[in-house]
Amino acid sequence: MKVRDIQSAFNLEVAAGGGGLDREVVDGYCGDLLSDVMANAGRGSVWLTMQSHQNILAVAALKELAAIVLVNGNRPADDTRARADQEGIPILLSQGSSYQLAGMFFNAGIKKKEG
Amino acid sequence: MKLYKGDLHIHTCLSPCGELEMSPLRVVKEGLARGLDIIAICDHNSAENVGAAIRAGAELGIHVLPGLEINSLEEIHALAIFDREEQAMRMQAIVYAGLQGTNRPDIFGEQVVVNEFDEVERFEDRMLIASTQLGIDEIAGEVHRLGGIVIASHVDRPSYSIISQLGFMPSGLELDAVEISCNSKIESFLKDNNALKGLPVITSSDAHLPGDVGSRCTSFFIEFPCVNELRMAFQNRSERRIVY
Repeated sequence: MKVRDIQSAFNLEVAAGGGGLDREVVDGYCGDLLSDVMANAGRGSVWLTMQSHQNILAVAALKELAAIVLVNGNRPADDTRARADQEGIPILLSQGSSYQLAGMFFNAGIKKKEG
Repeated sequence: MKLYKGDLHIHTCLSPCGELEMSPLRVVKEGLARGLDIIAICDHNSAENVGAAIRAGAELGIHVLPGLEINSLEEIHALAIFDREEQAMRMQAIVYAGLQGTNRPDIFGEQVVVNEFDEVERFEDRMLIASTQLGIDEIAGEVHRLGGIVIASHVDRPSYSIISQLGFMPSGLELDAVEISCNSKIESFLKDNNALKGLPVITSSDAHLPGDVGSRCTSFFIEFPCVNELRMAFQNRSERRIVY
């Protein structure tokens, strides 16, 4: 599944990083502590967070995450959007909570294959 | 110039997690008893008790700097320290504008405003434990605009620290210093955290109990205890310096 598929299936707004919509999504992660995300998020994950500081792009690039979804109606600042465009990592926006979105993504088949 | 012994991170009974005995007068007396020359009062998101502490300090002979420990949008704790009560109150107004909710004393604790004579003035209703809607970059900008200094609190802690919340030091953020808590030794923490190299480091007590005031402190070789001299000590300018 590609970022584009999630974006259109769940009607998420693309705030920045539209150049990365064809990145492959293989898993998901929820977390607002960047130190935790750096330690535990898997490669190719779509990351659900309410953190909008520009450091989220560095974490996403480091961990090779597929995309970032800002939950609860949070919006990125200009420097965060610029960084997303530069890295080519999409930032998608939702009014939903991490719990709701994680449930929907999971049901849509975004989960790491066991074994 | 001389050496001033400082503890720049002390809570009073205004912080919901601060002990009720931590009145401004008590904090000043504890500071004196431990031989401190400078203390900064930094309650969570509020400066309602700094005036009383300044007046008590002037009476008893310890220099009190007014401050706040602001909880940012990212849930990073940062100390904002000023010279005058009025500057701290202006910063408080900015923080309050982005602070929501009403305190639940049964869950978080009482938030008591106390005067310099140890009399209870009132209870603060705002939920001071919450985070304000200002990001850490905006906070740094506002504090500097008002003439204060910004110190990232307890950067060695696994919660509410800039490292835990943002993973690493963001580029372009104008911090005056970082604070290491009583949980870590300065040298070993810095050895393991390259990102902090080059940033001035202080250590302070983060006292919530009378017995903790001055339990960790940093000395400053400066002309006079004020924000500008502290900034010069952080930057090793004009012979000013930090002494552990």
